Amino acid sequence: MTGLLSAPAFAATGKLVLTGGVSTIEGAAGGGLTPWAVIGTQATENEWGIAANITQARTDDYTVDTQGLTFAWDERIEFSLGSQTLDTGITGTALGLPGLDLEQTIVGVKYRLFGEAVLDSDTWLPQVSVGLQHKRLDAAGLEPTLNALGAEDSGTDAYISATKLFLKQGVLVNGTLRATKANQNGFLGFGSRLGGDDTDYELMPEFSVAKLLKDNLAIGAEYRFMPNKLEAAGRAAGLGNGLAADDWMDIFVAWAPTKNVSLTAAYVDLGRIVPGTTNGRDQTGVYLSAQFAF
Amino acid sequence: MRKKFMGFALALGMALSSGMVSANTGSLYDQLGGKESIRTVMDDFVARVKADPRIGDQFQNTDANRLASQLTDQVCEATGGPCKYVGLDMKAAHAGMTITKAHFNALVEVLVASMNAKGVPFDLQTDILALLAPMHRDVITVR
Repeated sequence: MTGLLSAPAFAATGKLVLTGGVSTIEGAAGGGLTPWAVIGTQATENEWGIAANITQARTDDYTVDTQGLTFAWDERIEFSLGSQTLDTGITGTALGLPGLDLEQTIVGVKYRLFGEAVLDSDTWLPQVSVGLQHKRLDAAGLEPTLNALGAEDSGTDAYISATKLFLKQGVLVNGTLRATKANQNGFLGFGSRLGGDDTDYELMPEFSVAKLLKDNLAIGAEYRFMPNKLEAAGRAAGLGNGLAADDWMDIFVAWAPTKNVSLTAAYVDLGRIVPGTTNGRDQTGVYLSAQFAF
Repeated sequence: MRKKFMGFALALGMALSSGMVSANTGSLYDQLGGKESIRTVMDDFVARVKADPRIGDQFQNTDANRLASQLTDQVCEATGGPCKYVGLDMKAAHAGMTITKAHFNALVEVLVASMNAKGVPFDLQTDILALLAPMHRDVITVR
């Protein structure tokens, strides 16, 4: 059953393929952009599991590299560590900071409350988990700018996810509700104060749907609503809508060539990211990710 | 961005409805090709299970022919065929055995391998798995 999402999810004894999801850019198991209620790695009940992932997303003007580690126990709790680097490209150059990289570290924990997303195929009850992601940004040369905008350099997201595999149909559906104040996932800090305090958490829905085509192949799409706290600060700084942010989405194909390896390729549309220096372009491009379970 | 989201929602709706509304006709049993086809898969399945390093030990003393026959009756009945499974219910059949979720998942994995080997189309595989997966509640003895 399943291969995909979890080929990575098979341990020596293991879990069914597809049941562990792939790795998100933030390290937690899920789709590519959105955490799911599944607990990652191959470990099932009474087992420990470890998975590692490496991901690159390239859009018109930026490149984001992510490395992640996931630890899981008993299909109950998941710990994740993500390290992200955003190459600011043309934007860094425009700001007089050529070669600027923004680096972010994300420590996550996810706890399954109830439900069995895969095997309880005779009920509509989803698997439900809650999670936290603490993000710490090293903005290097951009830090004075973020300070001036009133964006913090760290923040914590909290989320609840519900995931259900409609096994008969081979269709997986996930919904996540995230409380966050992150600007561009945290790459531009958290909240803003310039032009009026905007430091409150906002509730952002995220959706994923995937269709299993074979036991080790799935296609799907995700949509992630994003806060837009910096646009007002940018306007107050005389940048017009130069710091506006948009929602993120992707369309993916995931393939598990073996039980321990899954590969994901996606088309991503991250909307505008610092449109003031990128001619207002939507950042579309390619996302490639590999995950290995041990 | 709302426009983009509407596109996503539309695609989601289409994916779901295409999955939910099946154009198949006839019982799952008929689509599988009847009892003989099911038996072919189950013979393969039992052979693989006995050889599987994760779960083979637990079937060391199991009569392969008898097990394949019982499984065939069970699947035949569950898929709408004219059979009657007369063995123990799943809870009683596994009482006293040490079966973890990892064992159960291994069993599912082996079943998928057998269905692939015998050419069962993937959409029928998920139909069967959806019928059998809830048995995890009775089959797994170690939580």
